[in-house]
Amino acid sequence: MKISNVELLLVEDNPDDAELTIRHLKQNNMANNLFHVRDGEEALQFIFSTGKFEGHGDLMQQPKIILLDIKMPKINGIEVLQRIKGDPRTRTIPVVILTSSKEDPDIQKCYALGATSYIVKPVNFESFAEAIKNLGFYWLLLNQPPFENA
Amino acid sequence: MLFKNIPIRKKLLRIIFLINGIVLLVACVAFFLYEYYIFRKTTIEKLSTIGKIVSANSTAALAFDSPDDAKEILAALKNEPHIVMASLYDKKGNLFTEYHAGKEVKNFPVHPETSGYHFVQSHLEGFESVMQDGKQLGTLYLRSDMGALQERMRLYAGIVAIVLIVSFLLAYLLVKILKKSISTPIISLAETAKIISTKKDYSVRAVKMGNDEIGSLTDAFNQMLAQIQQQDDSLKEFTQNLEQKVMVRTDQLESVNKELEGFSYSVSHDLRAPLRAIIGFTAILEEDYTSKLDNEARRITSVIKSNTEKMGRLIDDLLSFSRLGRQEMAKTKTDMAMLVNEVKDFFAIEDEFAKIKWVIRPLPQIDANANMVRQVWMNLISNAVKYSAKCESPSIEIGSYVKGDQTVFFVKDNGVGFDEQYRDKLFKVFQRLHSAEEFEGTGIGLALVQKIIVKQGGRVWAEGEEGNGACFYFSLPS
Repeated sequence: MKISNVELLLVEDNPDDAELTIRHLKQNNMANNLFHVRDGEEALQFIFSTGKFEGHGDLMQQPKIILLDIKMPKINGIEVLQRIKGDPRTRTIPVVILTSSKEDPDIQKCYALGATSYIVKPVNFESFAEAIKNLGFYWLLLNQPPFENA
Repeated sequence: MLFKNIPIRKKLLRIIFLINGIVLLVACVAFFLYEYYIFRKTTIEKLSTIGKIVSANSTAALAFDSPDDAKEILAALKNEPHIVMASLYDKKGNLFTEYHAGKEVKNFPVHPETSGYHFVQSHLEGFESVMQDGKQLGTLYLRSDMGALQERMRLYAGIVAIVLIVSFLLAYLLVKILKKSISTPIISLAETAKIISTKKDYSVRAVKMGNDEIGSLTDAFNQMLAQIQQQDDSLKEFTQNLEQKVMVRTDQLESVNKELEGFSYSVSHDLRAPLRAIIGFTAILEEDYTSKLDNEARRITSVIKSNTEKMGRLIDDLLSFSRLGRQEMAKTKTDMAMLVNEVKDFFAIEDEFAKIKWVIRPLPQIDANANMVRQVWMNLISNAVKYSAKCESPSIEIGSYVKGDQTVFFVKDNGVGFDEQYRDKLFKVFQRLHSAEEFEGTGIGLALVQKIIVKQGGRVWAEGEEGNGACFYFSLPS
């Protein structure tokens, strides 16, 4: 897969969660242009073409949507979001926050930073898959320009 | 004004005047009486002496029966102005000659009486025998007025008056001076006390003006102040220490609370991830290996999934239970009837519960946290629904009554009830009296109810009988 052609960037440190997410996206034909990074550091390197992704990407060809886990080692989701929304080149990329609890106090912080939406990763993965399917359909297939707080 | 209410200065003045007056009066009266007695005695002695001299001089005139001589002798009495009348009688007792001084005119006694002097009204009169060689020649009569006595008494009265006035003046001056040593220190003591009580400044001290009783009162007062100041200081210190302690404890509590909150979310996140993996991968097993799984294997995978889901619910419930302890509960006027009807409608629209008969008594408004109390009604009513739905004609009664300063609410059902001996276990976290097969649930609902109600100053309890329904009560301050 060409790194420059990524439509959906999944930032998820838990390999099981990642595998299940990717599986469901695949079942819905949405994983063709998916790229998975394992922590915040990698995510930022990918988005800004630095570190191990230096020279691989084209900043003008950004992913259409980023699925971002909040709790991650090294650099957490909030910091990544901050960096994405703080840079004019990446500010318009819709970011969907993945969280384990809807009571997470970080959700408010994420909205304040400009997150598009959030998905609670439920224990029952079927409802999670449903949520991802709808979201992916909405953002990838309709390919609408992003608007705030959709 | 009562004596006890007048100022000390005036009290002193009155006391001194009174003592002064009494002493002077007693002294004067004693002196006066003494003078009066002495004066009368000397007057008698004097008159008797004059009588003796005149009678001695009159012997010749009487012996020779010469009234003219006698008159001349008596006339010499004019040198004694107090003698107003004098007369001589011959030895037969007939008036021989007489003497008048001044205007006083009074009849002479007709006959002489026995010798001796005595006071008659305001006069002193008496008879003196005129003797020669043991033979009585005649009798002398003398009468003296008491002008001298009166004059002297008037003089005394004048002196007494002057002494009284002068002594009262002196007493007044004395009081003015005494005031300095008695009322001034008392007034200054009172002023100091007033300053201390208004300014709450216990470092002020009263000035000692002498070593008398007031001086020791001042000492005692200052000593008392020193004690109060010391106690005040230690109280302040104690309060400060206490405040410091409270602050430290509050900080500790806050940090513990924060830690706990962080811990709760970590638990929430980290415990869910493996559960997700278990369910997710079991689902993959079911989907991708359908042909290789027999019925038993599929039953096993569904057991794995349902238990994992249950674990997820337990985590959620436990989290909401622990979160409750940290939440602030703002109280507002809450319409209990509205809350109950909301919750009732939530169940009543379900076909499954259509046969339940609802009896809802009038419910008051109450000061409470509406969201929390809604949760209480939700848990109690859902329990009532759950445990009565299986019986023939289920009925749920909801009502309230006032007991003391609390309002008691109850939810009563005719469902499966419970064994009274496990009553205390009902409200404990994860304690269940029924198996999950009989009635589903995590065992957190009533624990949550108790926590909410206790936090709002109320109490929860339950009554029930196995197979004969249960009644759950909670009270809130009216």
